[in-house]
Amino acid sequence: MDSFFRSEEMCLVQLFFQTESAHNCINELGHLGLVQFKDLNPGTVAFQRRFVKEVKKCEEMERILRFLENEVVKSNIPIPADFTSETIPVPRDVLDLESRFDKLEQELKEINSNRDTLRQNFTQLMEINHLLKVFDAFLFYLHDRFVAGVIKHERFPAFEKILWRLFHGNFVLRHAEIKPHEEENMADPVKKDVFVVFVQGDQIRGKIRKFHASMYPCPNNAYARKEMRTNVNTRIEDLRLVLKRTEEFRETTLTAAAANLQEWASKVKKMKAIYYTLNLCNIDITQKLIVAEIWCPVSDLNSVHTALIHGSEQSGSSLSPVVNRIQTQQTPPTFNRVNSFTSGFQSIIDAYGVGNYQEINPAPYTMVTFPFLFAVMFGDCGHGLVMTLLALWLILHQEHFRKLKNELIDMLVDGRYIIFLMGLFSIYTGLIYNDCFSKSFNVFGSSWSVRPMFHPHGPWTNDTLHDSGHLHLDPLVSGVYSGNPYPFGVDPIWNIASNKLSFLNSYKMKMSVIMGVAHMLFGVTLSLVNYIFFRNLKDVALQFIPEVIFMLSLFGYLIFLILYKWCVVMKSESAPSILLLFINMMLFDYSSEGTVLYRTQKPVQIFLVVVAVLMVPWLLFAKPLLLYRKHKQLKFLSLPFCLSLFFGVKKAFVSLQVSMADIFVYQGIHTIEYCLGCISNTASYLRLWALSLAHAELSEVLWKMVLQVALRVTSGMGSVLLAVTFAAFAVLTVTILLVMEGLSAFLHALRLHWVEFQNKFYKGSGYKFTPLSFNRMRDMQ
Amino acid sequence: MAALSFVIPMSVMTLFWGIIGGVVPWFIPKGPNRGVIVTMLVLTAVCCYLFWLIAILAQLNPLFGPALKNDTIWYMYYHWP
Repeated sequence: MDSFFRSEEMCLVQLFFQTESAHNCINELGHLGLVQFKDLNPGTVAFQRRFVKEVKKCEEMERILRFLENEVVKSNIPIPADFTSETIPVPRDVLDLESRFDKLEQELKEINSNRDTLRQNFTQLMEINHLLKVFDAFLFYLHDRFVAGVIKHERFPAFEKILWRLFHGNFVLRHAEIKPHEEENMADPVKKDVFVVFVQGDQIRGKIRKFHASMYPCPNNAYARKEMRTNVNTRIEDLRLVLKRTEEFRETTLTAAAANLQEWASKVKKMKAIYYTLNLCNIDITQKLIVAEIWCPVSDLNSVHTALIHGSEQSGSSLSPVVNRIQTQQTPPTFNRVNSFTSGFQSIIDAYGVGNYQEINPAPYTMVTFPFLFAVMFGDCGHGLVMTLLALWLILHQEHFRKLKNELIDMLVDGRYIIFLMGLFSIYTGLIYNDCFSKSFNVFGSSWSVRPMFHPHGPWTNDTLHDSGHLHLDPLVSGVYSGNPYPFGVDPIWNIASNKLSFLNSYKMKMSVIMGVAHMLFGVTLSLVNYIFFRNLKDVALQFIPEVIFMLSLFGYLIFLILYKWCVVMKSESAPSILLLFINMMLFDYSSEGTVLYRTQKPVQIFLVVVAVLMVPWLLFAKPLLLYRKHKQLKFLSLPFCLSLFFGVKKAFVSLQVSMADIFVYQGIHTIEYCLGCISNTASYLRLWALSLAHAELSEVLWKMVLQVALRVTSGMGSVLLAVTFAAFAVLTVTILLVMEGLSAFLHALRLHWVEFQNKFYKGSGYKFTPLSFNRMRDMQ
Repeated sequence: MAALSFVIPMSVMTLFWGIIGGVVPWFIPKGPNRGVIVTMLVLTAVCCYLFWLIAILAQLNPLFGPALKNDTIWYMYYHWP
């Protein structure tokens, strides 16, 4: 249950099994997918390993399989769908499959080459046939010297030109186009011409050869020609038959092969994986025992044990494998058990850095805060609805999309739950920003009304309306502002106001700062949880407490100022700017008038700044000084009690090797990073405001400049124009607002998590648990 | 600030997100995903409530009002309550 909040506890286990049962056991472990084999022969090069020959054999077999698959696909033979075969690959299977594959490859190559030769012959015979057919039309010259042949249609003009140059017109050339026969579609769409050249001299033959035209001997008299024709026709018929038989044979072979293709492929893959794993193990000199070291989650030790027993039973060996858990100082890999919903979020956390062993996993919190921060920047319920529907489509048709095997679509499908949550939260923030394709909903009735501004209540008359273009509503005139804010979100009147941005900017900037400080405080609190888990209570006092006090005294106070100014009624002229208040607080500048929000502001602010400044040396010096004192104490004590203390305080001894200068520098860097980071990170959260402003403005532009133009047309053609314009509006909305802005907000929300949130508590320098898993190998294909 | 029309939305929203974040987690059945679901519920409730609260507090005591065009004012004079 706790497993997703931090990475699982792992143990190092030694396995001993007999050589005969090795394949079966590893096969079982591969199906289980829960153990990672450690490399017990780290010094050996790849081709010095024990089973390198077998691995090479497997790779050769994979090559043959790829060749076979190519041939099958080329002949448009369907490969039957994958079925899970539970046959376990054993060493003798390797030899068997190997010989079968070799035989198949030979056969196929032979068939292919035979077929090609036959086809060539066939083409030649057909050409002779055509030649003979049209020859009669040319024979009123009865010249002795002639050459007949077939040339590609596009080269004929060049051929003619060359002949002119050669013989200065002293030749006769006749040609006719070969009309393609029904069966001459065998990958030969080249158009060919038959030609006859009556000419003196022999150099013509060389030229013809250069043109890649084929020449055929043609007899002079009609009787010989007729005989030749019958001959050729018989040969053509024979060849046709042979070709058909060859093709049939080829297809049968390939179909038989295709039926087993998937099964063989998975078998070979598994065998290669097993041999690769065996290469990592230690083979006992007496060749009877194999020793392997694996990392495995503690909670799964039982299943591993059962799998091994199962494997050894299958191989018929008498001794069951021995499972021996050992203690180790090495850092285990980080393993986070995920399901299909959480895997997307875990992968975006891991993309930045895999967590240290057993440190807090930010993923469960990221599952809500990431889509939420995205939604704050995206903030449009219409676009959010489209995004949610798109994600629903991806979720429901997941299998269909995965079959397309397109990288981009695969990425989208992997993140389908992320997109779904992002869309849902965007609908909510869109409702609060009151922004739906840049229009607002007025569900509860606006809190602002215009009537009280007019006489006799307020300052306006009908003339005021005629005089100026824009008029401000004054909240101080009673009745203009009803006193109760719009109950859910931003009041719809701001959508039609021309100073909408003045209000929205102030609101969104303050909102960003509040969200940012809350997010960062959450991050610092998570570091407390880490310290408590690792029993590092010293760091709680030396790092956590000063960090929290620093942040709260400065930025917590800023939030207090924001909330106070919102909640207290004040006149607009006398309202101090919070930014100026904050700056003056840091500079201890209380000279200008009207700088107080509340009575005791000055002493409170001075106290807070002093406290914050005091936190800096606490952070900077307390921890190194403490370590220095411990170092001195141990040095003092180490002289008489060297040996016993060595075993007792081994950890402290190891840390003493680090020089004191390093510790001071490290702590200095951490302090500066934290304190300056507090300020810069808080400002960095203002991107929540910036992106949501950009999005709102873009969507307003699209509405005003694209759709509204068509909506304003009053003539009858307006409906047609509207249809066309709506198409443009939809395309632009999807490409610019959904795709581009979506990617941009995704990236920025991700950055906020990776940098501003995680640098408060996350170390992220572990290595990922990569178990031997046949399922994963199959999915990665 | 003590006007009724402010108290109603305040209490409704607080109650709503309070139920989602504080009461529903107790009813999630035990299973391997319980921790994750409870975390998600609580975080969603906190984030959404905070976001709504900021929106309503920002409009509680406005320092300036909207600036409207003449035609809009004319329209609102006659058609809005």
